[in-house]
Order: sequence, then C-alpha cells, then structure tokens
Amino acid sequence: MSSSVWTVCRKEILETARDRRTLLSVLLGPLAGPLLFAVLINIVVSQNLSSLDERLDVPIVGAERAPNLVAFLKARGVHEAADHTVTSIDEAAAAVAAGERDVALVIDEHFAEDFGTERAARVTVIFDRSKSRAASRVDRVRGAVDAYGQQIGTLRLLANGVDLSLLRPMQLDELDVSTPAGRSVLMLGMLTYFLLFATLMGGLHLAIDSTAGERERKSLEPLLTLPVTRASLLLGKMAATIGYMLLSLLLTLAAFTVALTQMPLEQLGMSASFGFGTAAAAFFIIAAFAPLGAALMTALASFTKTYREAQTYLSFLLLVPTLPLVFASMLNVEPEPRLMWIPSLSQHLLITTLIKNQPLDGWLVFLSAGSSLLFGALVGWLAVRLYQREAILG
Amino acid sequence: MIEVQGISKRFGTVHALEDVSFAAADGRITGLLGPNGAGKSTCLRILATVLEADSGNARVGGTDLTSEPLAARCKLGVLPHNSGLYPQLTARENIAYYGQLHGLPAEQLAARIDALVARLDLGAIANRKAKGFSQGERTKVALARALVHDPQHLLLDEPTSGLDVMATRHLRDWLRELKADGRCVLLSSHVMQEVEALVDDLVIIAGGRVVLMGTPAELAQRFPRQSLEEIFVTAVSGSSAASA
Repeated sequence: MSSSVWTVCRKEILETARDRRTLLSVLLGPLAGPLLFAVLINIVVSQNLSSLDERLDVPIVGAERAPNLVAFLKARGVHEAADHTVTSIDEAAAAVAAGERDVALVIDEHFAEDFGTERAARVTVIFDRSKSRAASRVDRVRGAVDAYGQQIGTLRLLANGVDLSLLRPMQLDELDVSTPAGRSVLMLGMLTYFLLFATLMGGLHLAIDSTAGERERKSLEPLLTLPVTRASLLLGKMAATIGYMLLSLLLTLAAFTVALTQMPLEQLGMSASFGFGTAAAAFFIIAAFAPLGAALMTALASFTKTYREAQTYLSFLLLVPTLPLVFASMLNVEPEPRLMWIPSLSQHLLITTLIKNQPLDGWLVFLSAGSSLLFGALVGWLAVRLYQREAILG
Repeated sequence: MIEVQGISKRFGTVHALEDVSFAAADGRITGLLGPNGAGKSTCLRILATVLEADSGNARVGGTDLTSEPLAARCKLGVLPHNSGLYPQLTARENIAYYGQLHGLPAEQLAARIDALVARLDLGAIANRKAKGFSQGERTKVALARALVHDPQHLLLDEPTSGLDVMATRHLRDWLRELKADGRCVLLSSHVMQEVEALVDDLVIIAGGRVVLMGTPAELAQRFPRQSLEEIFVTAVSGSSAASA
C-alpha cells in the first residue's frame, strides 16, 4: 500500500510540475502577499513619517513682515521655500489647489502693525484637506505657528506679572505602554491570513486536478480498476497536495522575511521580529494546518464534476480560514488552551505571539498542531469515504 | 474465463440490470450488444469492480469480484468508454504509471512497455506528452495501459467509438491477436456491423436483461433468413414490448 501511495504522489507532483501555468501561479502566488505588504507599509510610512527633523519647505508670502516668526519656524524645521514665486494669497491658494505645494503660509500685510497692539496679527495657512498625504505636514506648520503665538502670549503675561499656573487648571499626561513589537501586530495581524491563504492556494490546483479534473478527463474510472485501494489513491493525491502547499508556504515565508527586513518598520515605531528563526517557527506552526486544508479541498472536490465547478466551490473555502481571524480581531482574544483546538485561529494566535516577540508556550503549540492534524486526519478519512461512493464515477 | 451469475443493479428506482447471467470463455471474443442505456456499461463496470452488484455474483478467472476485488483486478485489463490519459505525461509515462500501480518491477515494466510500444506502433508518440494526441492515439495508449500487466481478461467498453476506419481495423487486429493468445476478451458495442466482424459469442442485452445469447452461427440457425441486425431488432423490441 505504501508504495502505491508514493507512486500516486510522485506522479501528481510530476504532472503539476509539468504544467507551466500552474507552476508559475504556485511560485509567483506567494510573492503577492509580501509585495502588497511592502506597498501598504511604504504608503503608511510616507504618510506618517513627516518626522520632526525632516526639513519642510513652505512658500511664505510676506516673510519680511515677520522675521521673528520665520526664524522661529526655521528652528522647527519649517523653512521658507527658496525658489517660490508666490506673492499673494490668491496665488498661494492656486498653487496648493493645483497640487504644486502641500501647504503655504501668508503673513498679513498689517502683521507688523497689529503685532504689538490689541488686534491679533493674522497668519493664513493654506492647505487641501482632501489630500490626506499632506495632513501631517499641514499639522506641523500649523503647530509651529500656534506654538509661536503661545510663546509670545506667555511672555506677555509674564511681563505683566501673571502667574502662569492660573492658565492651567489641569494637565493631561499620556502614557502609551504598547511596545514597538506590540504596535507592529496591528500591521502584521494580516500576516497569518496571507500565510494560510498562500498555503491553500499552493494546493488548490492539485486538489482539483487530481479529483474533479481526473473525472472530467475520464481518467478516473480506469484508475479505479487497478489493484490499489481508493484509500491509497486518495492518500497519494492528498500527500502531493500537501507537498505543494508546504512549498508555497515556504516561498511565502521566505519572501516575507526578505521583504520585512527591507521595510522601515522601526520608523513607524514597530519592530517586527521576523528573522530566520521566526520564519522557521511560523513554518512549522502553519504546516500543521496543511493536511486539513488538503483534505478539505479534496473532500469538497469530490462533489464536483468539472475543474471549473470545483474551482467555484473551492474559492469559498479560501475564505474559511479568515473567519476565526475576524472573531479574533473583534473579540481581542489571547492565546489560551481552550482556543488552541480551533484550526486557523490557533495558528493565528501563535503567529501573533511570535511577532510580538513573546515566548511561545510549547503546550499551546502542541495543542494547536495536534488538533489541526487530528482534524486533518478526520476530514481525510471523510474524503476517502466520499471517493468510495459509486456516484464518484459521475 | 468470466462468469456472471444472476447480477442485478439498481440506481434509485431504475433497474439497470436484472438477473443477468452469461459467460465469456478464454480464447474467444464475447460481444455485449444492446441499444443505448441497455445496461452494457453498468455490466462492464461491475466486472471492472468500480461498481458493486446489488445481488448475484461474478468471477474473473475463478476469483470472486465481491470478496476479492483487488485480486480480481490483477487479472483484468480495462478500457472504459472514452478513457482519458494524463495530458502532462508522455505516452510511455502514462503506461508506466499503471504498470507501477500494478506493482511491476522496474526492469520488467520497461521491457513490457517496449514490447507494447512496438506492437501497437506507438514509437512516434511514445515520448510525447499526451495532451495533443488524436482520439486514435489516445485509444492506442489507453489499450497499451490496460495491457501493461499482461492480463488474461480484457474488458472494453465501446472501444471503436470515435475511431476512424484505419484505427478501427487495427484495433480489431489486436483483439484477434489477443484472442489467438488464448485471452478472454469481452467488449460492448451498439454497432451491429462491428460485432458481426469480430465476435465469437454474442450476448444481447435490452432493458437490463439478457434477451438473446449464442454464436452468430447459432443465431442464424435459430432465425433462418434473417440478418443479424434483424435478429437484434426483433430481440430488443420484443423485450421493450414485454417490459411495457
């Protein structure tokens, strides 16, 4: 029996490897996740990363009217743009509206006269709220101008002998206890889904082709007349499916490991600990899910008569591993033994622990792997039963 | 020798086969003849052990199909209707896959494939992927695949359907050769002329029952001055009249 399982497995692996289109999707599919990740993170970084030391060049109309303010802004990294040709508020507004500038400042004509009097000296910040990319720059400029006003006001009160504590009846202090690694979980929470998805995708073609495809091509019936039990045939097919799933998982993890070291996560206040060791641990945690995935796909494909039909049904299956993840994010669950028997949720919780750089509890890992493998064996047995039905001949 | 005794098979409320009995002897070609839907394929599928009969029993070379299906399969070569190949494998690999699943040792398998490739004239396509094969080429490879373990018994379901004249003639020649080798060949067909040209024994099935049996000579004697086709039409319409 074992030799025929191996014969079937080897043939399915060879046949899939010969199909160039399929092989390409198995090999390139895993790159999609990390690539999407890289793009997403880079967008977030470029949006939020207008850090304090970044030099910001802003056109300032009438800079000569408020040299002190301009000097104050410069000390905060907001420089007057050297080459701007903007001379009026209308031109500044036009430049921002046209997208040439993210933000512009206009110092009122009467700024110098008003500054020392009871009338407030006016400064206009021009920006485009619909441009969310520029939001952090606008905030910086606004904050800097505000700070100047506060400083002048405080100095004037002091000069008049006012106790400043009168202005502050209370003070709100913030203490954020999230660790950089903890923050990265928000971003990398999707990682488990990408890994599970890539794992299932890797085996999808083979699971369909070796079952529904074989029926469609009418090669199943002669195969069933060979002196090999249907259990052996199915085990061989599922073993080959698992092989491609693990290959896909391996490639995805490798791509993520490379991609995450290239991403400026630290600048986001995150430290994704995703080195070789983490990737290896993640591989073994997710690998325990592969037999269940293969068995589910094979069992489901037994009800379908054509490749196309199977593809339709199995696409829904790709969503199944997301369900526990949705619950996990809604209920904010922590890894604990009573959750470890749920496949995909347990993997998600363990991977999250890994990313948080917290120690893995061996007992939880064992429970997760044990339960997933057990479910895999159960559904695998069901798949074999389904292939023993007479209706399988179609 | 294939022996079928009182086999019945139902699919839901449809009686596909009812109390079918016949025998196919070694060194002869037996034809299972009947209109579409008569139960020929069901009968061959039961003999190929991919379906199980509800009642009755069948033996292939003395081995009971129900109690020892795996042993029976070793004695059987099966060519189902329109049977498909693996498109990404070459003709040789398609044949080898079945040989390996029959448990043939590598050397013996290679020699056997060489012999089949030579005999069935597969040299030109042996190392080509099956995906571009013509219907005739596919049937040839499928036949070689069914014969890879040198079985004593051969079951063929509508083997000539979709074949052109030359391919049909070749197939008939091979089947005659197998018969001369002393093998037991059982084939199904709904084409009268084909059966007339090829078979030694006839089993006519209609509505799931055997309505007529015998050699073409015997039948000609029993129904004088009638062609085989007329005999067939009379037998088949008689059964549908009886069942109606």
